[in-house]
Amino acid sequence: MFSGFSLFPTQASTLAPEVDNLYLGVILITGFFAVVVVVCVTYFAIKYRDRTGERIGAPITGSVPLELGWSLIPFFIAIGIFVWASIVFFHIVRAPDQTLEIYSTGKRWMWRFQHIDGQREINELHVPVGRPVRVVFTSEDVLHDLFIPAFRVKADAVPGRYSAIWFEPTRIGEYHLFCAEYCGTRHSGMIGTVYVMAAADYQAWASGGGATEGGTLAQRGEALFTQLACVTCHLPDGSGRGPSLLGLYGSQVTLDSGEVVTADESYLRESILMSQAKTVKGYEHVMPTFQGLVNEEGVASLIEYIKSLQAAGNRVASAQ
Amino acid sequence: METIVVEEPTTYINHQHTVASWLLTYDHKRIGILYLIVVTFAFFLGGLFATLIRLELATPAGDLFSADVYNRMFTMHGVTMVFFVLVPAVPAVLGNFAMPLMIGAKDVAFPKLNLLSWYVFTIGFIFTVASMVLGGVDTGWTFYTPYSTQGSESNVLLTGIGVFITGFSSILTGVNFMVTIHRMRAPGMTWFRLPLFIWALYSTALVMVLGTPVIAITLLMLVLERGLHLGIFDPRLGGDPVLFQHLFWFYSHPAVYIMILPPMGVISEVIACFSRKNVFGYSFVAFSSLAIAVFGFLVWAHHLFVAGISPYSALIFSFLSFAVAIPSAVKTFNWTATLYEGAIWWKTPMFFVFGFLGLFLIGGLTGLFLASLGLDVHLTDTYFVVAHFHYIMVGGAIMGYFAGLHYWWPKMTGRMYNDTLGKFAALLIFVGFNLTFGPQFILGYLGMPRRYHVYPPEFQVLNVLSSAGASILAVGYVLPALYFLYSLKFGAKAGANPWKATGLEWTTQSPPLPENFRTTPVVTEGAYAYSKREMRVA
Amino acid sequence: MPNGTIAAHDEHHGQHHPALQHHFQDLEQQHEASTLGMWLFLVTEVMFFGGLILAYTLYRVWYPTAWALGSEELNIYLGGFNTIVLIGSSLTMALAVRAGQTGAQRATVGWLLFTMALGLTFLVVKFFEYKEKFERFHVPGANFRFEGPESPHVQIFFSLYFALTGVHALHMVIGVGLMTVITLMAYRRRFSPEWYTPLELAGLYWHFVDIVWIFLFPLLYLVDRSHHIV
Repeated sequence: MFSGFSLFPTQASTLAPEVDNLYLGVILITGFFAVVVVVCVTYFAIKYRDRTGERIGAPITGSVPLELGWSLIPFFIAIGIFVWASIVFFHIVRAPDQTLEIYSTGKRWMWRFQHIDGQREINELHVPVGRPVRVVFTSEDVLHDLFIPAFRVKADAVPGRYSAIWFEPTRIGEYHLFCAEYCGTRHSGMIGTVYVMAAADYQAWASGGGATEGGTLAQRGEALFTQLACVTCHLPDGSGRGPSLLGLYGSQVTLDSGEVVTADESYLRESILMSQAKTVKGYEHVMPTFQGLVNEEGVASLIEYIKSLQAAGNRVASAQ
Repeated sequence: METIVVEEPTTYINHQHTVASWLLTYDHKRIGILYLIVVTFAFFLGGLFATLIRLELATPAGDLFSADVYNRMFTMHGVTMVFFVLVPAVPAVLGNFAMPLMIGAKDVAFPKLNLLSWYVFTIGFIFTVASMVLGGVDTGWTFYTPYSTQGSESNVLLTGIGVFITGFSSILTGVNFMVTIHRMRAPGMTWFRLPLFIWALYSTALVMVLGTPVIAITLLMLVLERGLHLGIFDPRLGGDPVLFQHLFWFYSHPAVYIMILPPMGVISEVIACFSRKNVFGYSFVAFSSLAIAVFGFLVWAHHLFVAGISPYSALIFSFLSFAVAIPSAVKTFNWTATLYEGAIWWKTPMFFVFGFLGLFLIGGLTGLFLASLGLDVHLTDTYFVVAHFHYIMVGGAIMGYFAGLHYWWPKMTGRMYNDTLGKFAALLIFVGFNLTFGPQFILGYLGMPRRYHVYPPEFQVLNVLSSAGASILAVGYVLPALYFLYSLKFGAKAGANPWKATGLEWTTQSPPLPENFRTTPVVTEGAYAYSKREMRVA
Repeated sequence: MPNGTIAAHDEHHGQHHPALQHHFQDLEQQHEASTLGMWLFLVTEVMFFGGLILAYTLYRVWYPTAWALGSEELNIYLGGFNTIVLIGSSLTMALAVRAGQTGAQRATVGWLLFTMALGLTFLVVKFFEYKEKFERFHVPGANFRFEGPESPHVQIFFSLYFALTGVHALHMVIGVGLMTVITLMAYRRRFSPEWYTPLELAGLYWHFVDIVWIFLFPLLYLVDRSHHIV
């Protein structure tokens, strides 16, 4: 199942080789300087050893060229590493446009995963190989952190807001999933397994089994939307007390303050749970908050439903 | 041989004998010794926790302790070591003892405040130990919310209050040191004739003064939220748990410079003495200390790269984190160059310097890995970070502290310890340390998260290596306690200047007079004027 | 910069001012050291309050409506009165230091007592403000009650209100304690134009505590009261 002793975790995502190359690069650069210093110190310590304690050293006080040299050269090397590392970083944090979304919630001491096709998992995450996946997650209680070493991704789960990681698995197999932010007694038990499957196997897994009763996430969202009477204010043509939700996801929204924000998952989540935080220009502030009335899974399902609402009233089938 | 009875000269130790004369002293030297006692106790207490942690981690299963107990142990290890050993060790023990001597003063600017500092420190420590006795805390030494405010059922309040109280000790010491260095230097002791240890202490005091109040108010907010249910970080009210992290690290990052700057100052002193020459690039080293103190305040959010800050914010802090590494690199190069064409005397203090140079190098360079955003995502919250900070804190700061203890021990006590044993201890510590923490870099990249009580079996080999190293390290640390104690009674008498060092502290007897100097010295040359002097025999 | 006089002091003892401490060369060095020490301590206090004010500022940017609502619940008249009281106490403190500087011992004691009275007045008014908050269930925690959807955010406002004014009030209490000691010293004729350092330092501390309030009053009581954010 898992490999034996090795220095690196398996490279199982497109990000992994990038990160590993950066790691090797920094090892080489810093290793070079380390060797230089260690060799010098050892050599000088031996060569200039005075067993008597009576002699004195040479009257050298310094050298400005040398100081400038060993200040500026390391500085420029540092800038080089910084630039390289920042580029890799932006690849890590910027998901591609088309991703398969999976919602997740961390709570003491387990991870719940919610696939948009309807599958639910606990401490296990099935994903297809060769396809970009984005996990949108939060915490129900304290800070947690979703960490998948084989993919080289990690982000804290913060209660009250969404975090996201993305990865494109490149190897079929089973990989560790850890909580990496201390969260109490069973922090080290809050672990799981990521199963990367061939595309066909994943399709079979995703659409099968009793876990899909209740329908896809978007379908459940639609049911909740009706049940909570959201449609009373959010009329499709925008004539209601609240703005229309058609084509809302991903669009730019102008707030009362004049600020323009993107309607992403975080925005939608906040609008449902803390409706007064960002209010849309041109509408009264009458949206109630649904904190306590909708759980995280409910929020995820509503978001997926809203995502499925395209302009002109067409609903796209939610399976992507 | 006939025993000749010689009247012992008056020293700060023998001129008054009662316990009260020690507990009510205004003498900076006695206060330094008082700190030594508490810090040593704290070191062994923290070390005990470390031993238990490494024993548990030798096997993947949680077979020695329950998860809850383990979590309390690593928390108490961190709290004890950070606040009661690393922060005070060099400044409060060695700085208090040596600094006024080194600048030719009779005492620090505010001796009574100095004593108060010690009491505040000790009372804070007692609070914290009380909290341990009552079951301890399990939040990690970083006290992140909301776990610390709502989730944990441990003695968060008591420990938070204990650390809060101790913080004032830092603030008072920082104020005291800054005023002393500004106003009480002996005539002729211009800023650029100051020993580099003084520059280091001054820079440290700057950080203590500006940074510590922020942790104080942060802990106060934590205590108010947990105790009185004020809701500043509570996500259920719309509070931001990440705000706590910003406030916490705004102090705690500069705090690591409080921990490393004074030991760096010690390295400068010892390396100059045992190479018998001026520190290469004196003013560059001096300004690097100041630069580290200032830049250290600008990098705190590198602890929050995956905590939810914006990528653009992360870019800025990453860049600044690279920048802050440069002055440390400059110092390392200058120390190395100091050895060139020196006359290197292989004595114990110098061995600790060699150890420092190797270990601080690795610790500092691995910081660059963590400053690199593309790597930090993978490495943060893993054992890589644990290895990195132990290399700097233990490999750097504690090595520097030991170098200073071994250097100034003859001055403090008037006795020499066994040099062979000292060098052996230094070697043991160096080997044990690398064996303990080297494997942890690998564990971290492999993905082993930190603060884990149990771990997947494939991580065991490296953990066993680490625990084995810890056993060697433990011996290395116990040894000095033994030969230091032994030297107090049986060590050879030291004389005023056993190391033939420059520096005002070596011009006076060992141990020094209560008032330090009979007449105020007048300074006419720079700090490390070895080449201009004849070597004075001890 | 170190002072000029050197070893001469070591020889003759007992010829110096009784307030001169022995590790100092002369009163001037002692005075400069003490003053520098107090200024540094006040810098630490700025950082201390700064953390709370940072938290306040962040939340105000995020929840302006709640901040306006919370601010309206504070009694601007009591707050304004307290502001005048505290500014007045800084004036009396400055006059006390001046009196000490010129050796007017009775005036020194008088102005110090006036300062303490004003400080105590501030604290008494504060007590009544807190009492009112308690009665209206505006104290954060299990008993907090506030109408409307902004209630959770308003609870954060009040948390910061109590933290800020509570820490400030604590500093006032310490200040009054300091004043007691200083007044006793003045009463016992310890101060003279040659040496009145503790009086001066106490003055610095008192002015600082006043300045903190000058920040807190507008930030807490005056923010956004005049208009609602709809």
